[in-house]
Amino acid sequence: MASDKVNKSTSEPLMVQITITFLGVAFLFLIIGMPLVAVFVEAFSKGFKAYIEGINEEYAISAIKLTLLVAAISVPLNLVFGIAASWAIAKFDFVGKRLLITFIDLPFSVSPVISGLIYVLLFGVHSALGEWLIDNDIQIIFAVPGIVLATVFVTFPFIARELIPLMEEQGVEEEEAAILLGASGWQTFWQVTLPNIKWGLLYGVLLCNARAMGEFGAVSVVSGHIKGETNTIPLHVEILYNEYNFVAAFAVASILSLLALITLMLKRAIEKHTSAERG
Amino acid sequence: MYKNFRFVKPSVLPGFKLALGFTLAYLLIIVLIPLSGLFFKTATLTWPQFWETITSDRVMHAYYISFGTSFLAAVINVIFGLLVTWMLVRYDFPLKKFFDAMVDLPFALPTAVAGIALTALYAPNGWIGKYFEPLGIKIAFTPLGILIALVFIGLPFVVRTVQPVLEDMEKELEEAAASLGANRWQTFTRIILPHILPALMTGFAMSFARALGEYGSVIFIAGNMPGVSEIVPLLIVVKLEQYDYAGATAIAVVMLIVSFIMLFAINMLQKWSQTRISRG
Repeated sequence: MASDKVNKSTSEPLMVQITITFLGVAFLFLIIGMPLVAVFVEAFSKGFKAYIEGINEEYAISAIKLTLLVAAISVPLNLVFGIAASWAIAKFDFVGKRLLITFIDLPFSVSPVISGLIYVLLFGVHSALGEWLIDNDIQIIFAVPGIVLATVFVTFPFIARELIPLMEEQGVEEEEAAILLGASGWQTFWQVTLPNIKWGLLYGVLLCNARAMGEFGAVSVVSGHIKGETNTIPLHVEILYNEYNFVAAFAVASILSLLALITLMLKRAIEKHTSAERG
Repeated sequence: MYKNFRFVKPSVLPGFKLALGFTLAYLLIIVLIPLSGLFFKTATLTWPQFWETITSDRVMHAYYISFGTSFLAAVINVIFGLLVTWMLVRYDFPLKKFFDAMVDLPFALPTAVAGIALTALYAPNGWIGKYFEPLGIKIAFTPLGILIALVFIGLPFVVRTVQPVLEDMEKELEEAAASLGANRWQTFTRIILPHILPALMTGFAMSFARALGEYGSVIFIAGNMPGVSEIVPLLIVVKLEQYDYAGATAIAVVMLIVSFIMLFAINMLQKWSQTRISRG
């Protein structure tokens, strides 16, 4: 058993403990807590009626619909990609695996603005592809397809990077046993792999969805900001704010804040569940 | 020797070709081809044109602001991030779980929302800004405002990188140091700090890299005055709005190269961190 003297030397004096805790809590509250509080206080600053009016309005509703549509397309795309990538990477050994993982992580280290810019360059009027698109009357940039592409780009790694380490950790024994017992590839995936990765998968989908719905920079560059047509919720917040319509801006922002809070709560719940499962 | 070369190790599991084929095709279409377009577009500029674009006065000021505020924000995040991590790992206090969960908020809160909320707090008539206004300190619409936004978005990177390392650290090391006569401060600086240093540096690099590219949370609070509070990502957008595609692309290439260097540095730091831990 450690003596009192050793105990004293492996923890700080009470005053130091209190000071550190006070500073830490104050910092967290000031830097992270206050902005969240500010969103809701500002949103309700002119009363409940003004709050509802800010949200229940033609352009706000079309922005919500567009955001839901964009997330409904980009999250499943990245989900399929995440599963395919982690199956190849975690269940097989091949040359260039680490390089492939680095490439998958790439969108995380690219500025959102650049993520939008690359699609403007590819599909914009000045490129060869852009001219062809105009001739054939296909709109990608400053339209919904561009917004989807930019969102897919910024949320690209989320699901894959959750699944790869999880599936690597689980190894291949269970799948090999299933195959040797005569299961088909798909049966093995649905009945052996999927149940093993379902929480990690859900976790990745959750984070991917939060980012897809909240992305601002990349979407802002490709959107064209056409009210009622190419405005997502975050872009609508910006427009309202720049029009000095603060109550409505914060009211719409409060929807996104709620989404963030729900995401965090679900994330906690999944973390609790997986740590309990691991014992 | 080459006869034994195989691209993939044999396995009884099916679906390798399908999974890898799909992965590569999707990666090419979504990420690699669009990103390479950036370099092709820059190639339409001559070298002197490129150089002039990326070193013009306005761009140089933007680098200065972006790198300066990002660096300072990362330093603040390392100091307070370590403090917060220490408190979360070592101490027990009421609502600890709640504060722990709070750290993740900047990851989940859309940047535009953070941007307008921070502006509401730090504007001259804002909740916090109004107490600084009489002192002659302006926070929003100055580089100080940018700094606050970057501290907000960068904090979880430091806390979430250091936290697992500090949690896994064996108490025996500290006990040994203490029983050999080290006081608490010596134990911290000579035993604990070297152990968590790689993780701290990784957190620093991640926070710095994220801050350099950040756009949404900054543009509302920055005021965006050219030469005073204009960050590089905003300058790319400004050039785009002026239909100066080549100019926007040239600056983007510079930032992308910086990001790649940061990515490389972070990977190296993480490797260092892992060898440290497995040895310890």
